[in-house]
Amino acid sequence: MTRMTMREAISKALWEEMERDERVFIQGEEVGLWGGTYAVTKGFYDHFGEKRVRDTPIAESAIVGSAIGAAMTGLRPVAELMTINFAFVAMDHIINEAAKLHYMFGGQFKLPLVIRAVSGGGRQLGATHSQTPDAIFAHFPGLKVVSPGTPADAKGLLKSAIRSDDPVLFIENATLYQTKGEVPDDEDYLEPLGKSKVQREGDDVTIVAYSKMVPAALKAADMLAGDGINAEVIDLRSLRPLDMDPIIASFKRTNRAVIAEEGWRSYGVGSEVSSRIYEMAFDYVDAPVKRVAQAEVPLPYNAELEQLALPQTEDIYHAAKEVLNG
Amino acid sequence: MDKKESIDLYREMVIIRRLEERAAELYQQGKIGGFLHLYIGQEAVSAGISSVRQPQDRLITAYRDHGWAISAGIDPNAVMAELLGKVDGCSKGKGGSMHMADTELNFWGGHAIVGAHIPLAAGLALGDVYQGNDDAVTICMFGDGSTNIGFFHEGLNLSKVWNLPVLWVCENNQYGMGTAVDRASAVSEIRQKAEGYGMPNERIEGMDVMEVRKEVSRVLEKIRKEGGPYLLEIMTYRYRGHSMGDPERYRDKDEVKKWEEEDPIGIYRKELIAGKIATAKELDAVDEEAMKIVDDAEAFAKASPNPDKSTLFEDIYVEPTPVEYRGYALERESEGR
Repeated sequence: MTRMTMREAISKALWEEMERDERVFIQGEEVGLWGGTYAVTKGFYDHFGEKRVRDTPIAESAIVGSAIGAAMTGLRPVAELMTINFAFVAMDHIINEAAKLHYMFGGQFKLPLVIRAVSGGGRQLGATHSQTPDAIFAHFPGLKVVSPGTPADAKGLLKSAIRSDDPVLFIENATLYQTKGEVPDDEDYLEPLGKSKVQREGDDVTIVAYSKMVPAALKAADMLAGDGINAEVIDLRSLRPLDMDPIIASFKRTNRAVIAEEGWRSYGVGSEVSSRIYEMAFDYVDAPVKRVAQAEVPLPYNAELEQLALPQTEDIYHAAKEVLNG
Repeated sequence: MDKKESIDLYREMVIIRRLEERAAELYQQGKIGGFLHLYIGQEAVSAGISSVRQPQDRLITAYRDHGWAISAGIDPNAVMAELLGKVDGCSKGKGGSMHMADTELNFWGGHAIVGAHIPLAAGLALGDVYQGNDDAVTICMFGDGSTNIGFFHEGLNLSKVWNLPVLWVCENNQYGMGTAVDRASAVSEIRQKAEGYGMPNERIEGMDVMEVRKEVSRVLEKIRKEGGPYLLEIMTYRYRGHSMGDPERYRDKDEVKKWEEEDPIGIYRKELIAGKIATAKELDAVDEEAMKIVDDAEAFAKASPNPDKSTLFEDIYVEPTPVEYRGYALERESEGR
């Protein structure tokens, strides 16, 4: 185990997989000479060279589309989108091609492809650069959508995504890059795709979260512990496929749940998870499930207004108190 | 080409023509669903290019793909079965008219979003360069209509920046759906768009299969020798509407008739006879043979079963992945209701 930031964990996963498999290469805006706009690929260009660390034009359809084509030939590209907001420019290639080609041609094409994208707000980047639209991508069968909440998971899930024969959208959160944690050194350390994970055990209330809301939920659980409440925190880690098993098992004990996501509430991750709780564990419901999410506004530039719109640790804490009192 | 190859090429074009005429009938009878975009009138392009394509050259095209499927070597039975949505179709009945492919034949589809396959083609060529397949060229077909969408420009630019061996081929059939080229494109010659990317380009005629063959062969060898992309604009014409639902209000019958007099099959037939490569009688026999192949394909497709219900959930992912929702009807069925 080594203590490192999530940025370092992601970088390490990429580096190790490129060392391990000649077919893995990365491409995107400024991944090469610049070293990555978030410094994830710093040092890669000098070590692996321009063939495997490919700077692209600012043209997201070309980035994702050509990665799909290269994957069809048996390579294992990792295409980086500087932010997930730019994924909209490549939406057709993510949704109509990456998610469909294997099925639509009767299983002939394989797409061992990873698209890395940075999601989340809170950095005063204004409405177009601050979105958390993760749920949109999880809507489509054929695509896998993964988003880690801890440095260890970031390493283990990214390595699994690169080794997967299916197209995976790997969503990172910009404001989590500096968070630190213990990360296994093992070069074959893999976390399974499509498995939720209990990050903290408890019997009083179930808090479901992913990505940036995982550390927030863990902090909220600490605050609840101060009130004598034991919250269980479950990290989805994967939005598609969505693993409900640990959530349902937990809910059957706690009978109360809060779901926290950074994106908007309407048609969101919380909507899906709470719906499934009602479908799968209706007889165990003791209080309405609560969803904590972003205020439904395009995110403003002003720092105070922006933070007001984003879901906070305190919101999760209060929501848990409400479902317990309800 | 020897006599056999010359006659094979003729047979291929006649099979495409007859198979599509049959498909139109089957569509009108309701046996083929969805959209059906016929290639009739453009056969010299797919036959000509495919006759000089080497096995290592990847081929990718848009939704008007039946001719390409046949020219790439997919069995007409599998093409017809796919049109009917049957399990023996080349995409197991899941792709339909617009999504035919056979990766064993290096034919990568059959793509229905206008222009979206163009960046994919750059990636196919990148795959070959990366893996040291120095002798391979990716041939990417698209219509005039797709040269007005962003994908085209991103793909062309990338291919030039990365010096990828792609033969970009615009099949200019003069209409993007029902809109004539000069009503949709800022420049009247599609090849001019390659100039903006510093890419060699030219426009050639596409109704004479031997002409297409000769020109494309030359350009392919040039790419093989010199590397980098090249854009060819091939002038052709589709005799039928954009799809089966096209009222064709945008052009008059005389225009279609004028082009039909330059029919690619008729031109080639005349050449074969004039060049004493084949007699009219021999070619009549090939016509009959082609008709028989199409009859057989129809019978094969009709006899092929529908895909089993269980295949609904097959091939969503390569790796075993749980099915999250089976759908209400299937859930009712599995619960015996």
